[in-house]
Amino acid sequence: MAIRIEHLNYIYGAGTAFEKHALRDINLDLPDGQFIGMIGHTGSGKSTLIQHLNGLLKGTSGAVYYNDKNIYEEGFEMKRLRSRVGLVFQYPEHQLFEADVFTDVCFGPKNLGLSKEETESRAYEALRLVGLKEKYYKVSPFELSGGQKRRVAIAGILAMNPEVLVLDEPTAGLDPKGRDDILDQVAKLHEEKKITVILVSHSMEDVARYVERIIVMNKGQVMFDDAPRKVFQHYKELEAIGLAAPQVTYLMHGLQERGWKVPADATTVEEAAGAIIEYLQKS
Amino acid sequence: MGIIKARHVAFDYLRMDEEGQVESRSRAVDDVDLDVEAGDFVAILGHNGSGKSTLAKHINAILLPTEGTVFVDGKDTQDESKLWEIRQSAGMVFQNPDNQIIGTIVDEDVGFGPENMGVPQDEIWQRVEESLKAVGMWEYRSHSPNKLSGGQKQRVAIAGVVAMRPKCIVLDEPTAMLDPNGRQEVIRTVRELNRREHVTVLLITHYMEEVIHADKVIVMDQGKIVMQGTPREVFSHVGELKRFRLDVPQATLVAYELQKAGIALPDGILSNEELIGALEAYRKKRQNK
Amino acid sequence: MLRDITLGQYYPANSVLHKLDPRVKLAGTMVFIVSLFAFRSAEAYIGATLFLAAVIRISKVPLKFMLKGLKSIIFLMMLTVVFNLFLTRGTVVFRLGFLAVTEEGIETAVFMAIRLVYLIIGSSVMTLTTTPNDLTDGLEKAMRPLGKVRVPVHEIAMMMSIALRFIPILLEETDKIMKAQMARGADFESGGLIQKAKNMIPLLVPLFISAFRRANDLAMAMEARGYHGGEGRTKMKPLVYRGRDKIAYLLLLLYLVLMFLVNRIGFFAGLI
Repeated sequence: MAIRIEHLNYIYGAGTAFEKHALRDINLDLPDGQFIGMIGHTGSGKSTLIQHLNGLLKGTSGAVYYNDKNIYEEGFEMKRLRSRVGLVFQYPEHQLFEADVFTDVCFGPKNLGLSKEETESRAYEALRLVGLKEKYYKVSPFELSGGQKRRVAIAGILAMNPEVLVLDEPTAGLDPKGRDDILDQVAKLHEEKKITVILVSHSMEDVARYVERIIVMNKGQVMFDDAPRKVFQHYKELEAIGLAAPQVTYLMHGLQERGWKVPADATTVEEAAGAIIEYLQKS
Repeated sequence: MGIIKARHVAFDYLRMDEEGQVESRSRAVDDVDLDVEAGDFVAILGHNGSGKSTLAKHINAILLPTEGTVFVDGKDTQDESKLWEIRQSAGMVFQNPDNQIIGTIVDEDVGFGPENMGVPQDEIWQRVEESLKAVGMWEYRSHSPNKLSGGQKQRVAIAGVVAMRPKCIVLDEPTAMLDPNGRQEVIRTVRELNRREHVTVLLITHYMEEVIHADKVIVMDQGKIVMQGTPREVFSHVGELKRFRLDVPQATLVAYELQKAGIALPDGILSNEELIGALEAYRKKRQNK
Repeated sequence: MLRDITLGQYYPANSVLHKLDPRVKLAGTMVFIVSLFAFRSAEAYIGATLFLAAVIRISKVPLKFMLKGLKSIIFLMMLTVVFNLFLTRGTVVFRLGFLAVTEEGIETAVFMAIRLVYLIIGSSVMTLTTTPNDLTDGLEKAMRPLGKVRVPVHEIAMMMSIALRFIPILLEETDKIMKAQMARGADFESGGLIQKAKNMIPLLVPLFISAFRRANDLAMAMEARGYHGGEGRTKMKPLVYRGRDKIAYLLLLLYLVLMFLVNRIGFFAGLI
């Protein structure tokens, strides 16, 4: 179950004063089971790109293939695609509307036309996956904390049993605790269900900890697409477009400049500390 | 005397049932003493629900303490006759940039506060110009706020407060909804104001990198102040900060890991430069042995 | 689709029209609308067209922008045209089953359509060249006499100006929530009228909640900035009539008189 994007272009408001080339010739392969980070500053096109993955936006030219089927071809079931590629928007808690948490999570599977039993069993499973305690299931979503609300909203997407889960800045506005909880939960989910996860974020530190592949977007184009440690080697280019490598990358480069023989591609605190200790033991 | 002086402040959120009877109360701020000197840059840290935003709303009398007293510039916030003076001396910037801009044009929004204060027209314009220049948004004065980026909107909101000529600005998580560029813009602006105009700043946040330049850091948890001191002092207690589920700069974390492995480094390292310096010193010392 | 609504959107440009006092523009719009409905001869329409064309030219707002506002009323316009076309009695031109299209019907339909289009464009000229704040200021001042009979004029004006500021934000939000629910398989298009209305719940509930949250935040922010009603408030941009405003009033008067004459005695005779 893979997504392939070929020569995708998207132009906003064509022919008006606001015309904007939001995506330029995007070519991407998103195979099964990967944990992908997508990075870029505001306006780089990343939010636009992910809305093409489930057909909410239609490219001006180019094609998106889901399991080798062109989703723009006539007769393609868009509604089914939306259940296969789950898209969690920014501040997803703003979409909650039902009187209680459980009913809200049922909304997605119900729209798929599933039976009551199937709908409910999926909702239970989804709420379990996001780690929400059962005592909250019958509570109004508006009485929960920010982090809990967000988990309910993510469960609302998971209940549709997607094969690809796309999260647009799932940690925006959360405190460090809420952020870690959500990201850990997503990582666990990836492990447990083996689904593809695409995590859109501003934060290199967050992404570096979890993903195996990073796609950097800039001005509507894919700028880098590689393993994190490889991408962060381009920290100077990243800086030029308003992004940055994790702080430890700079630390390792700083030490190297002073003649320390440490690898420069550490991306997490643990790796950096380990490398420094190893170097000090050897010398 | 300090510009903000709070003694034994406690605040209860009440939950009413349908008849308007108090159903339950929950204590959001619990016996807090706070002293801020004029011209200081004070940061308050804590995760959501720690009471930091509730405390902030006491400073310009949006909330009044259930117990205890808050004095702002010598005025008791309970004194209703001083309400507008207090709101003028302690300006407030909120989290969501969209929900605090009233004007449909940047300069009109900045003029809103002075208009409310009854400032004469000529002076309003003078203040609007000064404030917009102070936050670097003068060239956007005739733009619609809807066309600005998040960071720019927050700078306009700050200008709107600055135009009221407050002695103190309270910023309640002003960067929580911004991207990294916007966050930097806002923090840089606030630091400039503090340094150049000597405005007292009370910054409420959960981002660590925003507090390392503060004069004083206060950590709140469950409505109480649990740590306070200079950034260096506070960040020396990595273990404790982790217990309060707060972030620590990566350089501080690496130093902490190295210390745990028996490498003798000084406490309270805040930046890469400091850590590199300390590691170099450590290496030299070892070579000399 | 939601982005097409231009009514209430300001288009910044540096034109005389932008600088005019909002009260003049309010009066001008009124005069124009009255002239559309009071003078119904073909000659009068030529006059109104010339006036509108001149005003648009002066405003420096691209014509495209003005026409965009029309999209939202196409349906209303079609309806009016169809009604007038088929329901006016008179000399029959041709028949479509039991429906008769008359000469008079065609005439009214055409003029009705022109009137509607001009009405929308005319008011768009005002909103596109006047900041919402100016507009409400103008209304506030024009309505001031009502304050004497205890109409809360300042409050009404403030509410209008806030509404205008939040319309684009709420439109954008509607778009976002709609997409978010579509990602959960919601369907906003198919079904009958009742089903469609029911399908709107997942959109409307979050939208209301968001609007209330914003209102709450905004009220707090306004209070924090010392807002306590219109009393003792000064104005940053008080409305003062200038020379150009007086000239504009004169021109409006001239337009009215000319239109009256043109309507009465024909186009060329009226001008001479």
